Amino acid sequence: MPRRFALVYAAGVVVLAAAGAAAVAAAVLAVIGASPWATFATIVTGPLQDVFGVTEILVRAVPLVLVALGVAISFRSGILNIGAEGQILVGILCTTAVALWLPGLPRYVLVPLCLAAGAAGGALWGGIAGVLRARFDVNEILSTVMLNYIAAQLYTFVLRGPMIDPAELMTGSGTPQSMRLVRAAWLDRIVPGSRLHTGLVLALALAGLVWVLLFRTTLGYRLRAAGAGAKAARYAGVPVERSLVVAMLFAGGFAGLAGGVEVLGVHHRAIEAISSGYGFAAIVVALFGGLHPLGIVPSAVFFGQLLVGADMTQRSAGVPANMVLVLQGAIILAIVSAKMYLNNPYARQRVATALARLGIARGASPQAEEAGP
Amino acid sequence: MNAGRMAYDILSLGVPFSVALLLAALGEMFNQRAGVFNLGCEGIMAMGAYLGFLPAYLARSGPYGPWADVLGFALAAAAGALLALVFAVVTVTFRAPQGIAGIGLQMLGVGVAGTLFRHFTGGVTGVEGVSAWPIPVLSRIPLLGGVLFNHNPVVYVAFLCVPASWYLLYRTPWGLRVRAVGTHPRAADTMGIDVNRVRYQALMLGGAMGGLGGAYLSLCQAKMFADDLVAGRGFIAVALVYFGRWSPWGITGGALLFSLAQAFQLAIQVGGIHFPYEFAVMLPYALVILVLALARYRALGPTALGKPFNREMRI
Repeated sequence: MPRRFALVYAAGVVVLAAAGAAAVAAAVLAVIGASPWATFATIVTGPLQDVFGVTEILVRAVPLVLVALGVAISFRSGILNIGAEGQILVGILCTTAVALWLPGLPRYVLVPLCLAAGAAGGALWGGIAGVLRARFDVNEILSTVMLNYIAAQLYTFVLRGPMIDPAELMTGSGTPQSMRLVRAAWLDRIVPGSRLHTGLVLALALAGLVWVLLFRTTLGYRLRAAGAGAKAARYAGVPVERSLVVAMLFAGGFAGLAGGVEVLGVHHRAIEAISSGYGFAAIVVALFGGLHPLGIVPSAVFFGQLLVGADMTQRSAGVPANMVLVLQGAIILAIVSAKMYLNNPYARQRVATALARLGIARGASPQAEEAGP
Repeated sequence: MNAGRMAYDILSLGVPFSVALLLAALGEMFNQRAGVFNLGCEGIMAMGAYLGFLPAYLARSGPYGPWADVLGFALAAAAGALLALVFAVVTVTFRAPQGIAGIGLQMLGVGVAGTLFRHFTGGVTGVEGVSAWPIPVLSRIPLLGGVLFNHNPVVYVAFLCVPASWYLLYRTPWGLRVRAVGTHPRAADTMGIDVNRVRYQALMLGGAMGGLGGAYLSLCQAKMFADDLVAGRGFIAVALVYFGRWSPWGITGGALLFSLAQAFQLAIQVGGIHFPYEFAVMLPYALVILVLALARYRALGPTALGKPFNREMRI
């Protein structure tokens, strides 16, 4: 029964990978004297206690979905964009700037305009890394990291200087934040009394659109071809360099849009520490979702829960929220390792042989597997 | 403000500032020469920075100060090697894509360092750190003495690591094996070299050096630990390896260039020159991008860089 063995094998790899990631996190928790079980239990069940917790999960999932869609497009196109954090910040600045400068516009013009500005700002910031890679062969991981640090400084500069709330200057507290945006620019709340806003609908709709883009359009095919094998794609007439830039424009655009949605939907003004790691978390979301739009949505909800749950453990169990980063890092390492074994028929065959030698899983003998892939 | 005085300040600050980058980048050089691109350097440095700081923090106001620093450096090197071992298992044994795995390692290292910091230290606290050891006669040379010979001992050790790395890489059998597995792993394999084993060794050496670079930041440079202490230096170290064309001398030049840019940025702030602080902080990061864009390096790199070695594939 080789087919059944393949399933068992896949399940085994996934379980081992999950156990590995959990073991790393548990070891860190043990070092700081926290109970791994209690911490994991709080993360899993804590946010699900009431409606507010559930809406908070979705509030976190919205930017995660948006950024992860961009990350998926870029990773599939063969360019590893880890600059979402900076692109989000530039998106926030552009959205806020438009909302502050054109407060008199009617609602149905202002909101799309603000979001478009955010997406354009993010796309510009991402496009820099795309052009650097396509024209100057600059490693995009390094350039996007550097652009993250530059964007963070730019963001504080703008919030402390040109965009600071005049009220902050008058009272003299000088908190670096912008003025509150006009009500017309706010996104509607879906559940009254919570922070859940209509950005959720936008994120879900865009997930569908990205699926169409990637798998049902010529452009998407070209992007994926450039990512799967640059040489072959170039030979087949795909303009690989241009694809890289286009992919980075998309990636940056989605991150910038996420920043804009976050401002209009949740905070209603540009404040410091608004993104708090969404850019990096979204990489894990995208990988966990198999770089597929339909996988990204549940994956974003899962990681949204992780973020909310980690905040809860900080308050209830005194486990620092930095623990999320530990989990995310461990999960990435587990995913990339597991992937190498999931798609590797030789490894599967070796496991089958070993098991057969031990007298377990008789149906999984090498002879049965010989037909192979 | 006296321009000569400012130049002197920049130089005498810039030399010790380069050490964290130098140690991490030399370590990364061994990784990349062996064919593995370790982007997790940032996480390794963060772990090194915190574990290097921890003994000194616990022993502060006690009589064991200097020994705590020594223990800190040892812990940092061990933690760096351990994280590198995790990375080696994932990228060498499991042959996972190195770029993404590196991002994972970076998150893991930064996350663990931050978690331990919140738990054991709580808030930003200073330590005494390693103080300067002026070299007896040389430090009294006018100007040059202050720039080169009036630093903490780790600075001298780090600069001795440069010729030592060169010797190790170009004049020892192990260095030849490292270069072989990074350039043509199949040929190395045919000659009886265990490719994966050499890669493990190079990664762990690089990890230990990255850990030391991190500990230098917390114990010698900042004399404290904060969540954002490393602030991208791990990534800059990776960029320096490209910029320095995989040679210890080039990397030293790059590390000095960046630390001088950083010292320049500080001198501007201290000197009261009117210039937005945020733009001054951006300077080194922008410089990295510029340098990467202008350096034409592709043809010179280790040819097997980033490619996992699969002994069973006959291509």
